[in-house]
Amino acid sequence: MAETQRPPEQFSFRVRRYDPESGEAPYWDEHTVELEPHRSVLEAILQARDRFDGSIGIRCSCRQAICGSCGVRVNGEPALACHTHLDAALKGASDGVIEIEPMGNMPVIKDLIVDMDAVHWKKVQRVTPWLIAKQPVPEREYIVPHENMVDVTQTMGCIQCGACVSDCLAMEVDPGFIGPAALAKAYRFVGDPRDDQQFERLNDLAQDPQGIFDCTHCFKCVDACPKDVNPMGQIMRLRRIATNDHHIVDQNNGERHEAAFTTLIKDYGLLHEAEILPRSYGGNSWFGKFAPAAGKELLSSLPVVIKGVIRGKFNPKIALFGHKIPKDDLKAVQAIYDKVESREKRYELNLYIAGEDEVEVQPAAAAALTAPSIANGGAEPEAATPPSSEGSEQ
Amino acid sequence: MPAHDVLIIGAGLAGQRAALAAAREGASVAIMSKVHPVRSHSVAAAGGINAAISVDDDWHSHAYDTVKGSDFLGDQDAIEVMCSEAPGEVMHLEHIGVTFHRNDRGEMDLRAFGGASIKRTAYVADITGQALLHVLYEQLMKHHETVDRYEEWFTTSLLRDEQGRCCGVIARDVRSGRMEAFTAKNVILACGGAGQAYKPTTNGLIVTGDGIAMAYRAGAPLMDMEMVQYHPTCLVETGILITEGARGEGAHLLNSQGERFMEKMAPNKMELASRDVVSRAEQIEINEGRGVGPGGKGIYLDVTVVPRKRTLEALREIVNLGKDFAGVDITREPITIRPGQHYIMGGVKTDIDGQTPIEGLYAAGEVACVSVHGGNRLGANSLLDTLIFGRRSGEHAAARAASMAMPVIDTHAQLRRDSDAIDAIINRPRDGRRVSEIKNELGEMMNKYAAVFRDEQGLQSARETIARLKEESEHAWIDDRGTVFNQDVLGAIELSYMIDCAETTVVGAIERKESRGAQFRTDYPERNDEQWLKHIDITLDGDGPQVSYSPVTITQWQPEERKY
Repeated sequence: MAETQRPPEQFSFRVRRYDPESGEAPYWDEHTVELEPHRSVLEAILQARDRFDGSIGIRCSCRQAICGSCGVRVNGEPALACHTHLDAALKGASDGVIEIEPMGNMPVIKDLIVDMDAVHWKKVQRVTPWLIAKQPVPEREYIVPHENMVDVTQTMGCIQCGACVSDCLAMEVDPGFIGPAALAKAYRFVGDPRDDQQFERLNDLAQDPQGIFDCTHCFKCVDACPKDVNPMGQIMRLRRIATNDHHIVDQNNGERHEAAFTTLIKDYGLLHEAEILPRSYGGNSWFGKFAPAAGKELLSSLPVVIKGVIRGKFNPKIALFGHKIPKDDLKAVQAIYDKVESREKRYELNLYIAGEDEVEVQPAAAAALTAPSIANGGAEPEAATPPSSEGSEQ
Repeated sequence: MPAHDVLIIGAGLAGQRAALAAAREGASVAIMSKVHPVRSHSVAAAGGINAAISVDDDWHSHAYDTVKGSDFLGDQDAIEVMCSEAPGEVMHLEHIGVTFHRNDRGEMDLRAFGGASIKRTAYVADITGQALLHVLYEQLMKHHETVDRYEEWFTTSLLRDEQGRCCGVIARDVRSGRMEAFTAKNVILACGGAGQAYKPTTNGLIVTGDGIAMAYRAGAPLMDMEMVQYHPTCLVETGILITEGARGEGAHLLNSQGERFMEKMAPNKMELASRDVVSRAEQIEINEGRGVGPGGKGIYLDVTVVPRKRTLEALREIVNLGKDFAGVDITREPITIRPGQHYIMGGVKTDIDGQTPIEGLYAAGEVACVSVHGGNRLGANSLLDTLIFGRRSGEHAAARAASMAMPVIDTHAQLRRDSDAIDAIINRPRDGRRVSEIKNELGEMMNKYAAVFRDEQGLQSARETIARLKEESEHAWIDDRGTVFNQDVLGAIELSYMIDCAETTVVGAIERKESRGAQFRTDYPERNDEQWLKHIDITLDGDGPQVSYSPVTITQWQPEERKY
């Protein structure tokens, strides 16, 4: 068995402490505990709290990554304390001392306790977070496909720990951004076939300047999430359903930007940088640049463009006339488009289930009993990139 | 001073369901919890919720299974209410948004569970409790104008007026440290069990018996406290729960010889016998030297017999738990488990509307004892219990509130008393033991003497230890002297709650001189219906627990031998 007992070792960690009553600035508080390496950072904090200092503040309850209380930063990365092994945390520590801080993007109340109401829950409330059921309500259950229920279970699996909110880069720049957790919650209703307001929800989130098109695709939330909710993936799905299915044209130019992006890649094989901005604002054709909205945007971007040319960030010739790639390569790119666009239904990869669907191996229990360490059966297949492209860097 | 028709303490499934039901009846409602509602331990319930919704099923069958599961200690009128109302409740949950998994016809799918004679458990993968809790919280957010939420408020005591009616609580805002009195026409306790009185336990750190102890101190009787459920499949080191859904999907239990030893104890139901039976069988294997893992303290749970794709979809959470907390890929190899404290069947005695013998005081969920679980709760009946009796309490309390005036009561003295008590804890000299030391000793001791197997000698020594720990806890000191999020001082109060729960558990276990359900006395190994087909009630009298008895309600199922 993999769970052979390893002897306890000493682990040192420092906690970012803050006492709002003291009038003092935050400070580091270091402790050393003795625990088996596969025990969690939370257990280390609890041991220190039990033995040395009961005043260390941290919310915690279940110890098994389901209650979502103990979101913190470990060595600068957002995580659940109960879900982070000490040996792994030690590897990430720069000087042999595990560093534990409160989450970001939310005000600190005390030590590792942050004000989730002020940020996280307010944003959740923003997305109308309850089912608006289709009428009439059936006498028994709604008859809906199993796949849809499994699909929304991925976002139902969100434990509202705030780890994704903690390190959302878009929110750092724009604190009003609805953000990864709340938008994942929104998908839970948009993707639920029993909900009656799919269009209204999407239109609302698309038109909001701080809605689905405010995300910058940095993947931070995908990494941060301890429950594989894949918030950014859910945001992209909201965009796809809003644009491809409901043809919502938003005032944030999100829909046009996406259309411009995909058209340009299809036509040139690579992004045509000089075209993307005018088309996003003026409309998805070569003539887009003559639209007043595009002109205005181009004008305001001029200083950035000039700076870019001076610093050699891009070649003016390529920028103006686009990249040229070999014909065969361009054909290959276009073949991808043909394949994707000829599908009757859009593929939506739900990483909650996809990526795990490997060949059935049936290790007999008896074999496992006698041969304790069974290899992992090879790496899990890489999750494929969603076939429909999307793009928006606003 | 805040005043409400219905004030609910605890915001897990029972509390939230009660709040929504009372608000729907037009009552002014407040719900108070020492943690944010979605952190409540209902979130950890994995496997599912029982309801006879299949066309092949009948609620009578569900009720009979529950009665048999309870080892005939459950009150059959209450069980009938729970099981007959289950289908309607589950449909209601589906309608408000719970993402129950479906069969290929798009109807709710059902899985097998322990002690059930048919597939009857509706589920959302293996995060059913989380899905239910979060959907109810969605509803609380929707109804934020009719339900006031006091999130992160810790209740220190119940208020009673001169006639003895419960009319509010004293509570502390955890965030600011401010103490406040809340008046209410009715108080519903919905703050869960007392698993932290055991170590290890599947229960979260917040499950400290607050409601049970507060009600007990206010004079309410506790019932069936000796009945403590050990779940058959918990991780050996940490006590983390592996859902019964695993066995529901077909997983086997194996001893060191690779035998499915349940053949001996439950040849028909095998791994899906009721939990007390399976836990006992496992403990026998371990005690007789056929355990596995370090020190032979465990049993193998073999999930590899379940098709891998099914496991990944329907048991995803435990795949992750295995990986993260035991380093085992359960789809590839067996995982080592053992019985662990999981649930208390006992609690504050209530009727089928959640009313305790104290006027104005209700209880629902694990804090309560209706008693629908009797000597042993069936898996997937606890979520049902919380929702049915949460709703019934909320509705009944709202109706009662409509016909009465807001109590007028001077709360100053009690507010001051609770406030001073907290200050006194903070200022204790550091010459006693730490709260954490006492808590650990209590938990380990309970897990030794008030566990799967019990006897007079062990229980008596447990009682002595508890008396000592109680004394020590009154001088136990803490570090935190602040007011903002002083979790340390709350920990000291929680310790006192747990000690009360542990004490009543042990008193009940000593009293019941037979083996029934979760109570197995090695010195009285047989069930004795003649003398012990009755509930043990425990009331606080002066300083100590007083024992009395109450009859078991039998409607249509006479006690018979229990075989699986």
